[in-house]
Amino acid sequence: MNWNHPHSLSRRAFSASVFVGGVFLVLGGAFFRLQVLGSDQYAVQSRNNRLRPVVLPAPRGIIVDRNRVVLATNVPSYTISLMALNETAFLATLDSITKYTSLDSVMRAAVLRRYERSPDDPVLVMRDAPFEMVATLEERKSSFPGLIVQTEPKRHYPHGDIVSHLLGYVGEVSEEELASRRFVGARMGSLVGRGGLEGQYDSRLRGLDGERLVVVDALGRTIKDEGGEQLAPQQGDTLRATLDFGLQRYVAGLFPKFGERGAVIAMDPRSGEILAMYSAPTYDPNEFIGGVDPDLWSEWLASESTPLLNRAVQGLYPPASPWKLALALMALERGDATLDGKMPIQCTGGYQYFSRYFRCWKSSGHGDLTLAEAIEQSCDVYFYQLGLKVGLGNMLLEGGRIGFAGRTGIDLPGEVAPIFPATTAYFDSLYGSRGWTNAVTLNLAIGQGENSQTLISMMRFYSLLARDDGRAPTPMLVVQEETSSEFPLVASPENVAKLRSPLEMVVARGTAVRSRIANLHIAGKTGTAQNPHGLDHGWFIGFAPAEAPEVVVGAIVEFGEHGSSIARMVTQIIARHLLGPDADLGRPVTWVLPSDSVPASAVVEPDSALQRVRR
Amino acid sequence: MRRTGIDRPLLLAVAALILPGIATLYSAGQTDFPTIAAGIWQRQIIWIAIGVVGAAVIFRVPYRLLEWLTPFLYVASVALLLATLVVGTGAGTAAGTKSWIAIAGVRLGQPAELAKLATILMLARHLASRRHQPRSAFELLPSGIIVGIPLLLVGLQPDLGSALVFLGIFFSMLFWVGVSPWLLLLAASPIISLILAFSTGLWGAWIVLITVLLLWLRPYILEALVMWGMNVLMGVVALRLWMGLASYQQNRILSFLNPEIDPRATGWNVIQAKVAIGSGGLLGKGFLEGTQKRLAFLPSQHTDFVYPVLAEEFGFLGVVVSLFLFAMFFFVLIRVARHAVDTFSCVVVAGIAGLMLTHVVVNVGMSVRLMPVTGIPLPFYSYGGSFMVICLLCIGLTLRVAWDSRLGGYLEG
Repeated sequence: MNWNHPHSLSRRAFSASVFVGGVFLVLGGAFFRLQVLGSDQYAVQSRNNRLRPVVLPAPRGIIVDRNRVVLATNVPSYTISLMALNETAFLATLDSITKYTSLDSVMRAAVLRRYERSPDDPVLVMRDAPFEMVATLEERKSSFPGLIVQTEPKRHYPHGDIVSHLLGYVGEVSEEELASRRFVGARMGSLVGRGGLEGQYDSRLRGLDGERLVVVDALGRTIKDEGGEQLAPQQGDTLRATLDFGLQRYVAGLFPKFGERGAVIAMDPRSGEILAMYSAPTYDPNEFIGGVDPDLWSEWLASESTPLLNRAVQGLYPPASPWKLALALMALERGDATLDGKMPIQCTGGYQYFSRYFRCWKSSGHGDLTLAEAIEQSCDVYFYQLGLKVGLGNMLLEGGRIGFAGRTGIDLPGEVAPIFPATTAYFDSLYGSRGWTNAVTLNLAIGQGENSQTLISMMRFYSLLARDDGRAPTPMLVVQEETSSEFPLVASPENVAKLRSPLEMVVARGTAVRSRIANLHIAGKTGTAQNPHGLDHGWFIGFAPAEAPEVVVGAIVEFGEHGSSIARMVTQIIARHLLGPDADLGRPVTWVLPSDSVPASAVVEPDSALQRVRR
Repeated sequence: MRRTGIDRPLLLAVAALILPGIATLYSAGQTDFPTIAAGIWQRQIIWIAIGVVGAAVIFRVPYRLLEWLTPFLYVASVALLLATLVVGTGAGTAAGTKSWIAIAGVRLGQPAELAKLATILMLARHLASRRHQPRSAFELLPSGIIVGIPLLLVGLQPDLGSALVFLGIFFSMLFWVGVSPWLLLLAASPIISLILAFSTGLWGAWIVLITVLLLWLRPYILEALVMWGMNVLMGVVALRLWMGLASYQQNRILSFLNPEIDPRATGWNVIQAKVAIGSGGLLGKGFLEGTQKRLAFLPSQHTDFVYPVLAEEFGFLGVVVSLFLFAMFFFVLIRVARHAVDTFSCVVVAGIAGLMLTHVVVNVGMSVRLMPVTGIPLPFYSYGGSFMVICLLCIGLTLRVAWDSRLGGYLEG
């Protein structure tokens, strides 16, 4: 039969038709599987394809002072981000916008690092872009696939350099911090608090980021926003600091007249609330917003005056004469001395201890003094003998108990613990077990030697003196809601009360113009800390009114030489606080205080049989 | 039923494919950010107009003249393919290949499309001139050479998809002239061997099977040895051939096997096409409303992946209707071929059906992952000047065959 015989042909035509029908049934079946059976799954995929979540950063909580003066707030700014299908597209858009942005190679490298970390999310290119740049980019938006410009809240500190150390600043969270989950809820690119209250209360301030879905095409070009905000961001809590900004500003204005470096703290001894805390030199935390300029950063880090250091809680200084009150309290507590008790050897300008001669700051000598008078005149010879009477071990023990060995627990990150030996083993490891003598006791007795305190630590002690109950208040910058108001009891109220009047006498004797400050009775103690690197550091810590103290103000001025000049600053601050900004101080206040420069620390020499400390 | 005149069902079927084709192409150009596909539908209409004129002209050409012209046409198209290999340029989505003939920068067309038609005519002339259908592998040899030359040249461009189409033409025409299915299987066996070579176990089983088949069919000894030898050879050279493929071809095959290997690059097309089709659901997202297409997720939405546009916007219902229309079209072609007045035109129409069917199956099949992505156009839907004109010329030829058979009274009933 020929192949083209009609029968043969129609048989094959039938087979061919069956084949064609079968092929189309298979194709139809494949479409049925995708479109009918799998349609839900693919609908979701198609939706995920085009809807991208864009994070809406939450505005940080506002920080205000006790009178609701705004210290930290948010202002709108423009953020430029990129979202791309793949690396080639990402680089292409990044290159094309480089011309219109001021991206340098460092910033570009940072952008690429961020892209590598999370290529599927919008990648931050620039925070706080200037308006002109944003306008230029928006005009050419369709030629920059994947470009996202959005307004974001930007941190702003209206009085930056006045409260810089207190507030800290904000910065982008690092990869390590994300990995360690130190900041709950933070994501790549989140801004978190660094230092100060921003760091301490970050979890309360940060708020909850929102999310917005945008329709994007395959190249990442934003087409439109899908129905406005999907999840509105929630602003962080408002933080009310205990700070009195008016006083803080006054301190900041006053300080430069007395020195370049140092710190001032004003504190309410009744509650432990910090009213002012100033550290000089200062810096402007606004510089950190949107990334700190690398040149400025290295300048700050290299600077000898270390502006980033908060000297109020991070600076360690020999406590010097203000320490004498601590020793006096220890002696009273232990019963080793009474207020009118005298020492066997009167002050003739120095103290012979075995083969060594320890000087008093007043070379002509103070004569025979009671403890009250010794405090008032800051006589070193008296306190050498008192130190020996109390004994080294007891001094260390009592000092630790009062709180000179640990942090105060102020609500600021980075507080430095004072250097104060816990036991005499410290000296063994420092000098070797036979390498030191009781000279260390004499050094410690006058606030020198192996003892370095922070201003905040000394402030807590003077707040203890300013209180009636023998409790040392914990300093705080934000009123804690759930903290018990019971501060630790460290001394008997009677002994504390005894020390108050000689303190008042320190100021009373020296002053001729006290009465002019509206009958303000100020109690306080000067000090001059030996500084082997240059001019001495000056201290003054005072409180007022002496009868019922409402405020303790302490200051340390590096290279301030004399505590007496600093006393003038502290007095003015106290007056400004208690009498208000308009108080008339009459003539400029001049203090004539004993210039009780502490003698240099005695050199610690190897042990000899005579001088051996009983251990 | 009228005994003379134009074959109306064929005209109707073609119209029912071309009109939605234009609509789909128009929709493919409607994206949120304009692409090159935006105005392409207007150019497609111009190509259709040219094709219709061409079809009208070829409709007037007597088949005797066509049969006489065929060898010249075949030689000319092979020459063009050779020329393409030397001076060809790439274009659009296949910029890396040499498939276009251009003079002074103006692209005139893709010789591969013309070669398809010329090969159909040449093979039909060869088969129609014989008393019997080929009955052994040796008798298949001339047919193999006729198809093999353009297939090889197209494959060298490299254009894997078009090469595949030549195979479709080859097998459909041989089937139509009554070559035994076993012989066809034997002819296809080296290709199957090549594909199976990637799995040693499967390939081993295949060699055993082909050995048994040869013993059972009992062809000439030499023939059997040659076939068996080719099967073994294919298995051996498979790896070398694989290495010889361009990397994008390797990737296409790999991503056919598993598109998730690299979902952002090679597998992207397949995945996005599937998402477009699947998210269309039963009723579709509505004309012009396909999000995958609008937002440029769908690649080559005006050429290779035009069908997912239809599937996304009209859903399963639209797919069923359009597949039904395609099936009707093929049934008409089979009917025309069956009633042809002479052997030459009979085989030509079978070849045309084979050409079209291969295009439809490969193109639609790749969008649902039944076929690898080979990038061949869907008749009457995909944008492409050369192919559209060739398709319409084929329709012109088929209409002439139908006309002749009615005129010749060769029709039943």
